[in-house]
Amino acid sequence: MIAAAASVVGLLVVGGGVVRSDYMTRQDVVREQPVPFSHQHHVAGLGLDCRYCHTSVEESATAGFPPTHTCMTCHSQIWTDAPLLEPVRKSLATGTPLRWTWVNKLPQFVYFNHSIHVAKGVGCVTCHGRVDTMPLMRRAQPLLMQWCLDCHRNPAPNLRPREAVFDMTWTPPADAEAFGKTLVERYHIDVGNLTHCYICHR
Amino acid sequence: MTGRAAVLGALGALLLIAACDQRMIKQDKDIVWGESKLFEDGKVVQAPPPGTVARGELAYEATLGERPAMSAALLARGQERFDIFCSPCHSRLGDGEGMIVQRGMPHPPSFHSQRLREAPDEHFLQVIANGYGAMYSYASRVPPTDRWAIVAYIRALQLSQNVEVAALPADARERLEGAGR
Repeated sequence: MIAAAASVVGLLVVGGGVVRSDYMTRQDVVREQPVPFSHQHHVAGLGLDCRYCHTSVEESATAGFPPTHTCMTCHSQIWTDAPLLEPVRKSLATGTPLRWTWVNKLPQFVYFNHSIHVAKGVGCVTCHGRVDTMPLMRRAQPLLMQWCLDCHRNPAPNLRPREAVFDMTWTPPADAEAFGKTLVERYHIDVGNLTHCYICHR
Repeated sequence: MTGRAAVLGALGALLLIAACDQRMIKQDKDIVWGESKLFEDGKVVQAPPPGTVARGELAYEATLGERPAMSAALLARGQERFDIFCSPCHSRLGDGEGMIVQRGMPHPPSFHSQRLREAPDEHFLQVIANGYGAMYSYASRVPPTDRWAIVAYIRALQLSQNVEVAALPADARERLEGAGR
């Protein structure tokens, strides 16, 4: 009987570990893409702002995938016969969108909104990691409910001034904790409200 | 006996874990940027039929007809949008030496030429909306009110490189003279 109970507990522990493992959450797993697009090259190398391509991140629930037209703004002139970019040219010529593999995909019972996070001072890096150091895109955080809740319970350590939201290298001042608290006040963040079920599940 | 109990227990636990099938993670609904089973081309985000006028679109376009009043807020917005969308080629200074130009994009004209100093606002609005030469249209990326903000900021950039010393405010003039230039 004890052995049975132990094996149940053991399996649940192992099972719980598996569910939270990188294998299941796909954290840090580089995904296959139609074009090996490098955020490192475009962000750190060229200095493009996130919003050059993700144009709707300040107003919409989604940050927006750039249409092929955005890629070709430069690539109609630069690397025009690079074989790696053939799918991009074909996409523009045929009007068929590229089918990117979704890297940061949330369960469909979660209603995430980018614009409110940006407006309240959550930096891109906080959830997406240092994409300016990623030659190929990967998920930087587990995107588990526990991870969302950690911040919704206590957002102060993850806040930055609005002007620094798109800054890849911003670091908090020495008195980070007090600074975070001033931002909670400045941006009128109602902390107690953030853990209600309906905030994320509707 | 304990061996059999352990096996049974393990099987029972397996059944428990098998019940953790979280189907609601993927539901039969279309989500933005996802794949649609409803539309033939598989896109959830469909282009409106040709000739469609979206609610509010006319008022939105009408803002292009009237120059907004110059203000510090308009310039700040213009600077932000210019740095995002224009500076990759035109550079933050507006001289056309941006990073993408250094990587092979054709050199755009400098905003500090006589021709562009004298160009009317409408010229810049037109170029942002329709493109010019190698430059693609930015109509879908820069909404009308932001186009005006960018034009205002281009004017500020032009002034920054072409202003009479006597026209500077006293403190700026002092700093300039202090720098010995």
